[in-house]
Amino acid sequence: MGSFLFYLVAGTAVTGAFLTVTLAKPTRALLALIMTMFALAVLYLKLGAPFVAMANLIVYAGAVLVLFLFVIMLQGIGAKDIPLSKRFSQSHLLLATLVSLSFTGLFWMILKRTSIPAAQGVSGTIESFAEILFKNYLLPFELTSLLLLVGVFAAVNLAKKDPS
Amino acid sequence: MTPGPGHYLLLGAILFSTGLFGLLTRRSLLMVLLSIELMLNAANLTFITGAAMHGNMSGQIVAFFVMVTAAAEVTVGLAIAVLLFRRDQSVDTDLMRSLKG
Repeated sequence: MGSFLFYLVAGTAVTGAFLTVTLAKPTRALLALIMTMFALAVLYLKLGAPFVAMANLIVYAGAVLVLFLFVIMLQGIGAKDIPLSKRFSQSHLLLATLVSLSFTGLFWMILKRTSIPAAQGVSGTIESFAEILFKNYLLPFELTSLLLLVGVFAAVNLAKKDPS
Repeated sequence: MTPGPGHYLLLGAILFSTGLFGLLTRRSLLMVLLSIELMLNAANLTFITGAAMHGNMSGQIVAFFVMVTAAAEVTVGLAIAVLLFRRDQSVDTDLMRSLKG
């Protein structure tokens, strides 16, 4: 049962990923990515990370991708079919296929040659997650707030209309 | 075959290289950013698999930080996309040559 669920969800994730990079309409590609996010959240749950799974859904599927949707809609290209010649850089197509396939192949070969220990499992409940986050990683956590603040400043400053 | 950590790692690699393909080939800047999101998520899956493999929560914390960093990256990236669209009425990466000497 567990392995059936894994293959089902993994298949969904890979399908969503392929659709994301190939679909003609930007909005549909975005929805395909949301499908991948949901599949990944299920895998995170299976790997004992419920907090990260929910944060993934809320932050990624909920906030980041909706922001993407806003920008796509703002430019009015969401529902338009991008013709094949404008969708991909034709000159890079072969090389990019080769690079990404060889990356997967290389990774697969490395995995075959290494002995991977059986999973020990963790319980990423909010309690245990928060304990480590606020004990061992307090400084990086505080620094992320600074990063987000700078991100807000940059976005406001960039998107502001020139007064001239 | 019951899925072990190796399966999760391989899935992460497949998703990462799919995103890499999109990053290298798509011409719309928005789709390039979307492919980067896919790659970041593939890396997150690998981190969380590592956490489960070694029984160490730090992998999950790193995945959380990746998420926060990606949110900041997306705000700036989308702001740049909006700017470029306002200037050229297009987000085609092949048309961005203003940095070329």
